[in-house]
Amino acid sequence: MIVNRKPLTFLEKLYLPAIAGGFKVTARHLFRSLFGGKTVTMEYPEQKWAVPEGYRGAPYLVRDQDGNTKCVSCQLCEFVCPPKAIQITPPGPGGAADRPNAEKMPREFEINMLRCIYCGFCQEVCPEEAIFLLKDYSITGLTRQELIFNKEKLLALGGVHPGIRKWKHKFEEAKDQEDFPVKV
Amino acid sequence: MSTQETTRTPAPAIEKIKVKVDGREVEAPRLTPDPISGKLIPTTMIQACAQVSVDVPHYCYHPKLPVAGNCRMCLVEFGTPTLGPDRKPILNADGTPKIARSPRPAIACATPISPGMEIYTNTPAVKQMREGVLEFLLINHPLDCPICDQAGECKLQEYSLDYGQSQSRFVEAKVHKPKAVDLGPRIVLDDERCILCTRCIRFSKEIAGDDALGIVNRGSYNTLTAYPGKVFDNNYTLNTVDICPVGALTSKDFRFKMRVWFLKETRSVCASCATGCNIIIGSREEAVYRYEPRQNDAVNSCWMCDYGRLNYKWIGREDRLRDVIVRGQKSAWAIALNEIAEKLKSAARGSVAIIASARQTNEELWLLAGLKKQAAALSDSVPRTGEADKLLLNADRNPNTNGARLTGICFTEMGTNLPQIANGIASGRIKTLLVFGEDVTKHGISAELLGKLETLVVSDILPNATTKAAHYLLPGCAHAEKRGTFTNAKGRVQRFMKAVEPPGDARPEWEFLHDLVFNVTGRDGFLTIEGLFKEMARDVAAFNGLTWAGLGDLGKSVSL
Repeated sequence: MIVNRKPLTFLEKLYLPAIAGGFKVTARHLFRSLFGGKTVTMEYPEQKWAVPEGYRGAPYLVRDQDGNTKCVSCQLCEFVCPPKAIQITPPGPGGAADRPNAEKMPREFEINMLRCIYCGFCQEVCPEEAIFLLKDYSITGLTRQELIFNKEKLLALGGVHPGIRKWKHKFEEAKDQEDFPVKV
Repeated sequence: MSTQETTRTPAPAIEKIKVKVDGREVEAPRLTPDPISGKLIPTTMIQACAQVSVDVPHYCYHPKLPVAGNCRMCLVEFGTPTLGPDRKPILNADGTPKIARSPRPAIACATPISPGMEIYTNTPAVKQMREGVLEFLLINHPLDCPICDQAGECKLQEYSLDYGQSQSRFVEAKVHKPKAVDLGPRIVLDDERCILCTRCIRFSKEIAGDDALGIVNRGSYNTLTAYPGKVFDNNYTLNTVDICPVGALTSKDFRFKMRVWFLKETRSVCASCATGCNIIIGSREEAVYRYEPRQNDAVNSCWMCDYGRLNYKWIGREDRLRDVIVRGQKSAWAIALNEIAEKLKSAARGSVAIIASARQTNEELWLLAGLKKQAAALSDSVPRTGEADKLLLNADRNPNTNGARLTGICFTEMGTNLPQIANGIASGRIKTLLVFGEDVTKHGISAELLGKLETLVVSDILPNATTKAAHYLLPGCAHAEKRGTFTNAKGRVQRFMKAVEPPGDARPEWEFLHDLVFNVTGRDGFLTIEGLFKEMARDVAAFNGLTWAGLGDLGKSVSL
């Protein structure tokens, strides 16, 4: 299909009305920002952008309200991560966790922030609600190594995120059944 | 072993009967050998379904174990031809026999088939039954998949996907049972996850011959446990982890090490004894995580021993040999192989000796046999023995003793030439010694004797006293790092595949032996393992007619 271009009128051929119109917009913004106090740009980095609700920033590990690591090292996020940014070292046979009954927590948990594409799959797949995409959007560093965040750093950045405390609940339920007939 | 007996039973003419599985006609034998005793017992519906690859969900049924029929997951509907007063089938208008559908379902694992029977495995009623059974099984199941090692290869997970519900209707408190019970040196038991299928109990009693496990208490409190005061520590305990359909029995060795969906599975053969159990190597990112048995009814059925299964950690050891070393200096393959070839070419006949290892593959031993012929060398291998058991573990701990015999590296009795080689070195007659994968200082050739040699070529995987004395040190590969074949104690030639990359400069022995043989004798034409196997099969009488592809996953038997 061929769309023929409309021939320009005499005024349009002059270009001057369009130039004047452009200057009008510029002048309006000039006066608004000078005297109206309405700025279009932001003084970044002194001024930080307020992130909207539901924004997908950097993924961090979180603790529950008792201060326990929520991650149980199931490695589903490592599996689902499209750019393979997550690397988890499982605990091995020793597998001590820092809270009762969950039996397992990661020995090491690394996210390569240079690889992360902020897709949110890790948060979606996590069965323990242990990893969340929080609001950090400006991750910078001087070396590549610096941007591989380890478990301590991720937990410190993630903070506390209250949850249902499934493992604690299970542990308490089992304790209530102390009259269980077999002591092994 | 009973399963081997069943394969050896000469097939007497067993009457075949026709049944229908989901409308497809199946001709199944009326009787099938019992997996334990070998006695002929009626063929069951699940076996008839398996003949036409119709999968009936099940937990407690295992083709190599006696039938228990307790999980109820394999419930199916069926019908039989109706008989008239004259004991003849009543026919429909179109001439087909009239089928009377049973009002009740039957468990496919324990119900014998009968002529003309029709089995229905995917009716709405069957689906409902499976959903119901699954819901009952999940009542007390802890659902701790995130911390369960079985996740990813769990039957409960698989069938939950097919027949499960997204929400539990069970609002009461679950019965809590002991968790992380130390059952034995290699096994951890989680009683909450157990669905009481008794596969482990039947395996321990009937196959391993160690009646150590049992179920105590009643109803919801049913608990799997070892006999009080008894430790579950026979040499076959880890097979119970394989056959456990859920995560109740887990391996201490593999516990919390890696999630199973990351593991690359490579078909291989266990190299810990002459039985040559077929295995699957689970590896991820060049690290071996576990061995699992692979079914081969001619060798190991579905099992393997704990000794062989746990004998893999040396593959990833830190002190593995990585560099080609020529007289103490790091060197390169081409330089070392050229120098060795020159030395071998100029060596006087009879001044060379070869000590190969019966842990090497048939192909490598055959290449060494070629060098032996060229240099009229003395050759031998080192016997390695241990205690045998009645099931799978062989007293001969070399995986390829018969390969060494068939390729002509050693005589029927292994190790008889070793004193002669030692004497030859002592008298100065033998000036060049090639050692592959053995520490000869432990077998009568001391470090002082090795010091007398003009040329000592050593290829090994881990450092030892012999590798320290070597003039030419060639780093080799573990069997998991290369391809090749072993000939087991019964003369079965079985191939194995490469699971992980060798460390550093290490190369498969057959690759550099090929270069060496080419440099010394000029023989060529087998740069791939397939070609090399073909050449060997042509040359070695016992292997005549075999091809790499023809070996398949289960191997081929040769006469010894």
